[in-house]
Amino acid sequence: MKYVDEFRSPELIGKTAEEIRRLADPHRHYRLMEVCGGHTHAIYRFGLKDILPANIELIHGPGCPVCVLPMGRIDDGLSIAARAGVIFAAFGDMMRVPGTQGSPLEHKARGMDVRIVYSPSDAIKLAKANPQKHVMFFAIGFETTAPSTALTLQRARKEGLRNFSVFCNHVTIIPAIRAILDSPDMRLDGFIGPGHVSTVIGCRPYEWIAQNENKPIVVSGFEPLDLLQSIVMLLRQLRAGEAKVENQYKRVVPWEGNRAALRAMADVFQLRPYFEWRGLGFISQSALRLREEYSEWDAEKRFDVPGIRVTDPKAAQCGEVLKGVLKPAQCKLFGNECTPERPVGALMVSSEGSCAAYYNYEHRKAALVTSISASV
Amino acid sequence: MCLAIPGKIIEISSENANLALVDVVGLRRHVDLGLLEDDRPHPGDWVLIHVGYAMSKISEQDAAEQMRTLEMLGESEAAMQEVQGYGLEDVVNKPLT
Repeated sequence: MKYVDEFRSPELIGKTAEEIRRLADPHRHYRLMEVCGGHTHAIYRFGLKDILPANIELIHGPGCPVCVLPMGRIDDGLSIAARAGVIFAAFGDMMRVPGTQGSPLEHKARGMDVRIVYSPSDAIKLAKANPQKHVMFFAIGFETTAPSTALTLQRARKEGLRNFSVFCNHVTIIPAIRAILDSPDMRLDGFIGPGHVSTVIGCRPYEWIAQNENKPIVVSGFEPLDLLQSIVMLLRQLRAGEAKVENQYKRVVPWEGNRAALRAMADVFQLRPYFEWRGLGFISQSALRLREEYSEWDAEKRFDVPGIRVTDPKAAQCGEVLKGVLKPAQCKLFGNECTPERPVGALMVSSEGSCAAYYNYEHRKAALVTSISASV
Repeated sequence: MCLAIPGKIIEISSENANLALVDVVGLRRHVDLGLLEDDRPHPGDWVLIHVGYAMSKISEQDAAEQMRTLEMLGESEAAMQEVQGYGLEDVVNKPLT
């Protein structure tokens, strides 16, 4: 409970927590999935588990783009960058993600031209500053970052920029939720919907979850109070036997999303027939690739891509953790062979991955308590 | 990459309506307004920025709360590092007067 003091409106937090206890049926066990990795991070950081009654279990979903990217895609991207005259540009989040021959950062140490960019448009700037080289932007992310890549590609095409391409790994959240709901070992009562993805796609795409799967979903903000209020909204629906889409994050998320962003995405991208997700396997129509009109800027068309497929280390149980079947600490590698400093599985790489979040807050806290009790 | 960073629009380029100078806690960088073409912001408006692109217009109060959320999450440093990195070398870095 150490973070409670930092919360905005602690009285309101207390009241909301009380409301959760009042609404939760003590004879029932609730399994609610927060889809977004940002929410997972916030839940651990704020110690929300300590506030919730024991019969409300939060299951961490697939919404961390770095975590669900299969290792083979990293190898493929790096194999293109291994060619002479190619610059590998990616967000900082990608730099420590391991491929079979090491992370982009380790490749940089071995002489590959690897650059961090903070915006896809900076990859264009990099291309203009290095006209004799080819800049390949390793694009990653859900619908939060895909529109920015789309606008960047529109600009590259308009300006006829020839020494720039995108290796596209953008994924879409709805098919991943569908795949999780189809998984036989998964039982969920409702969803805390992603906040920033919904800024783009709006709330309407979630309606099928409510209608066809009979599960409530509440799009939520990232503050402790937001998350607790979203849980109240879910419990109210479950109590009333309802399943609908609600928007707790109205201050940022419009119901219809961002139409300009959706237009840009529709202009540049089309759905891939299928795409591999780390831990979840192949999911149909779950990722984006560049349309024919953008072939010239499509790294997968411009270069030979080996199409490497890498099986995750057998001992790592990333898939089970991703689907919420196992808790991070129940994985055999957790905390010994796999740590944020030396990640084996991708869930340990990003601060939004459930294993890293669990390790940074719960595991370290527990280790501290043990060492304090041992020294007393 | 997944951070939503609040910023205040200081100036919009007269040559390119999608290019704005934005202030994030005293740090000034150029961001792209192309994703807000249906509801264009004006100087003085607040926006949430993702990877160098303004994604939504927000109120000043929500901007302050978003900055505080980033602080509480221990992500404000990463957010400032991201903003610092926008625009690579051709940056305008001066504190608010």
